[in-house]
Amino acid sequence: MTQIAPEKPQTEAHSHEQPLSWRRYFSFSTDHKVIGIQYIVTAFFFFLLAGIFAMIMRGELVTPPIDLVDRTVYNALFTMHGTIMLFGWTFPVLAGLANYLVPLMIGARDMAFPRLNAVAFWMVPVFGFLFLFSFLVPGGPAQAGWWSYPPVSVQNPSGEWLNGEFLWLLALTLSGVSSIMGAVNIVTTIVRMRCPGMSWFKMPVLVWTMLAAQIIQLFGLPALTAGAVMLMCDLSFGTTFFDPAQGGDPVLFQHLFWFYSHPAVYVMILPVFGIFSEVFPVYARKPLFGYKVVAVSSFIIVALSAVVWVHHMFASDTPGWMRMLFMFSTMLISVPTGIKVFAWVATIWGGKLRLDTAMLFALGGLINFVFSGITGIMLSSVPVDIHVNNTYFVVGHFHYVIYGAIVFGIYAGIYHWFPKMTGKMYYEGLGKLHFWLTFIGTTLNFLPMHPLGLMGMPRRVASYDPEFAFWNVVASIGAFLLGMSTIPFILNVVASWIAGKKAVDNPWRAIGLEWLVSSPPDVENFEEIPIIVSEPYGYGKTEPLTENMGG
Amino acid sequence: MKFKTILILVAIALILGAISIWVGQISYSWLPPQASAESKLVDNLFSFLVTLGTFIFLGVTGTVMYSVLFHRAGRYDLSDGPHIEGNVTLEVVWTAIPFLLVLWIAVYSYQTYQEMAIRGAHMHMPEAIEPAYAKPIDKSIEPMTEIEVEAKQWAWIFRYPEQNVTSTELHLPVDRRAHLILRSPDVIHGFYIPAFRVKQDIIPQQDMDFEFTPIRQGKYRLRDSEYSGTYFAAMQADVVVESKEDYQKWLAEAARKMPSAAPNQAASEYAQREEKAATAGWATIIPVPAPMVNYHPASK
Repeated sequence: MTQIAPEKPQTEAHSHEQPLSWRRYFSFSTDHKVIGIQYIVTAFFFFLLAGIFAMIMRGELVTPPIDLVDRTVYNALFTMHGTIMLFGWTFPVLAGLANYLVPLMIGARDMAFPRLNAVAFWMVPVFGFLFLFSFLVPGGPAQAGWWSYPPVSVQNPSGEWLNGEFLWLLALTLSGVSSIMGAVNIVTTIVRMRCPGMSWFKMPVLVWTMLAAQIIQLFGLPALTAGAVMLMCDLSFGTTFFDPAQGGDPVLFQHLFWFYSHPAVYVMILPVFGIFSEVFPVYARKPLFGYKVVAVSSFIIVALSAVVWVHHMFASDTPGWMRMLFMFSTMLISVPTGIKVFAWVATIWGGKLRLDTAMLFALGGLINFVFSGITGIMLSSVPVDIHVNNTYFVVGHFHYVIYGAIVFGIYAGIYHWFPKMTGKMYYEGLGKLHFWLTFIGTTLNFLPMHPLGLMGMPRRVASYDPEFAFWNVVASIGAFLLGMSTIPFILNVVASWIAGKKAVDNPWRAIGLEWLVSSPPDVENFEEIPIIVSEPYGYGKTEPLTENMGG
Repeated sequence: MKFKTILILVAIALILGAISIWVGQISYSWLPPQASAESKLVDNLFSFLVTLGTFIFLGVTGTVMYSVLFHRAGRYDLSDGPHIEGNVTLEVVWTAIPFLLVLWIAVYSYQTYQEMAIRGAHMHMPEAIEPAYAKPIDKSIEPMTEIEVEAKQWAWIFRYPEQNVTSTELHLPVDRRAHLILRSPDVIHGFYIPAFRVKQDIIPQQDMDFEFTPIRQGKYRLRDSEYSGTYFAAMQADVVVESKEDYQKWLAEAARKMPSAAPNQAASEYAQREEKAATAGWATIIPVPAPMVNYHPASK
C-alpha cells in the first residue's frame, strides 16, 4: 500500500492539475485536498440555506399564534432544517475536514481510493438537489420531521407518487451510500497508509477520532439506510413493515432509526473532539494531557454509542427494564467524555495561552459542550426524561451539542487550518468579531429553550400558548443574531482568500506533519514520505517530529 | 505550601457547593406547579441533578476561565509551556469520580422510576405479579378511576365508561389514582400533561394502560407530545382536577346532556383554509370533524 503512488502518474498529475486554478474546484478532481475543500464549501452553502429555514421558523415563533406561514410550510421547514443541517452540512463538512487533514497528518500522498472519494463527494450535490427539488413537487417537501416516524411519514396527503417524502427518503439513502463510501475510504487510509514510524500511538488524536467516527458509520449507517428503504417501500410500493393497521410495527422503525441516529451524534462530535485536541496544545503551547487515554477513550465512546439508542424512546412503547438498562449505558458515556474534557482543561492549565480565533472557538465550544453534557445526563435519567422528552429542553440540549460544540469546533478547525488550505492568513479582527457574535447568538438562541422545555412546550409546534412567549422572543433574537454572525465569517474568508497576507508554512508554530509542508501543500503533499520518530504534541521539548523533514 | 493549596481547594469547593445547592433549590421554580404525586418525585430528582450539574459546570468552566485570565502568553513570549504529558493519579481520579457519580445518579433515578410506577401497554398484567412496579406512592390514595382516552388527528376525546360520558375536557378527581386507557386510530400521539410530569406515546391500534395521581385542584394543559402531522401544535385539551364531590356532580350533569359538536381548532382552521381556496400551504390530512361529545367547554 505504501507504494501506491508510482512516479509516473505523479508527474502526470502535476502537469494536469497545475497551475492551481480555481477551476479545479469545479472538476472531478481526485486530489484529497481539492475534494476536502469542495466538501467544506458545498456544505457551507447548505448550512446557510438550512439556517435561513431556521430563521423563518424563529420568525413564526416570535408570536404564539400561527401567523407568518401555513402550518404545512412550518412543518416542512423544520423537517428540512434538521435534515439539511445534518446530511447537507455537518456530515459533509466533517468529511471535508477528514479528507483534507487525514492524509496530510499521517504522511500519505492521497486517500486510499481517490476516485471513490470523488464519487462520494459528487453525490452530495445530487442528494442536496433532491432535497431542494422536493419544494417544487405537488404536496411540498417531507413534513414528518427528520425522524420521519411512521405512520405520519407515510400518510402522503397529496396522493401523488412523486411526493416530498419519497424524494426525502431517496436523498437520505443516497446520503447514506455516500457516507459509507467515505467511511470505507477514511478507515482504509488510516489503517493502511500511515507513513513509516507512525505507529498507532504516534497518530494525532484527530486521526484517532476520525477513525472512531467512521467506524460508527460502517456499523450504524446500514441500519438507517435499511430503515429508509423499508419506509420507502411502505410509502410507495404497498408493503406494511411499519403499518400498525396491517400488522406492522411503527416502533421497529424507531429502533432502526435510532440505532444509527444516536451514534450519528458521535460521528459528528468525535472529529470535533479531535479538533479540540489539536487546537488546545498549539495555542496553549503544551502537550495534550494524557494523550494515550484521550485517544483510546474515543473507542470506548464508539463501543458505548452502539448500546444507548433506546434513550430516545423512553416515552415510546418501551418496557421498564429497557428504560433502566439504556439509562445506565447512556450515563456511562459521560465517563470517557469526561476524561477528554478534563484532559483539555489540564492541557490549558499552566500553559502560555494565545487567544487567536481558533482558540476562542475551541474554548467556547468546550464550555458549551460541558453544558450540553450536563443537560444530557439529566435527559438520560428516565423520570426527568419522561417530563422533558419531546419538549424544547431536548431541542436546547442538542443544539448546544450540535451548534454550541460541533459548529464551534468546525469553525475552530477552519480558522486553524485556513492558512494551510489557502496559503493566506485570515483577518484576526473579523475572526474575533465572528466568535463573539456566534457565542452571544448561541446563548440567546439555545439557552431559553431549556426553561421552555421545563415549562412543557413541546418541540415541533408552529403555535404555542402565550405563557411561552417571553423565552421564544429571546430565542428568536438569538437566531437572527446567529444568522448575522455568518457575515463577518464569509467576508473574512472571501477577502483573505483573494487578498490576504501570504501564509508561511507554519504560522502557529504547531507540531504536526501538515505544518512541515508548504501552504497550500503541493499536489502529492510530500516530496519525500516522512519518517516519524516521536510522539505528537512535543511542545516544551526540542525533539524533531520526523527523521527526514525540516522544521 | 501543600497544606495551603488544600485549604484553598476546600474553600473553593465549599463556595461552589453552596452556590450549587442554592441553584438546585431555585430549579423547582423552573417547572410547572406540582399537580401530581409523580411531579414531586421528578422535581426532587431534577433538583438533585441541577445541583450536581451546577457544581461540575462551575468547576470546569471556572478552571478554564482562570487559565484564560492568568495563563496568557506575553506578547513577545514565544516559548512553550512546561512539557507535561499526563498524570496517572489525576487521570484515575477523574475517571473514578464520574463513574461513582454515574452510579449514584442511576440508582437515584431507578428508585424514583419505581416509585412513579409508570405503566405502558406491555405492563398490562395482573396486579399480583408486578410488585416491583405497583408500589403505591401514597397509601391514603383511593382506588382508581378508569377513563378511555382517544387521540386522533387532531382531537382528544375522553370517555368515562361507567357513566357512558364523553368529553373534550379531561376531568379528574383529586387524590385518586387515575387509570387511563390510551388509544389512537391513526398515528402516534403523545399524552403529555406538563404539570403532572407524565408522558406516554400512544402507539396506534393498541390499548396502552397509563396511571398517575393528581394531587392539586386546578386547570392544566394536556398536549400532544409526539409529532402527529399538520395540526399537531393545535392538539391540546384542558385537564380539570377537582374535588370528589365536584367531579361526581360534573359526571352526573354531563351524563344528562345530549352529545353536541365540540369546538375543535384543527377542524375550524381547516374549514377556514378551504374557504379561502387560495391555499398558501401544501396538502394536508383532513382533520377529523369536530367530535360529538356530552360535555365540552362551550356546552355549559
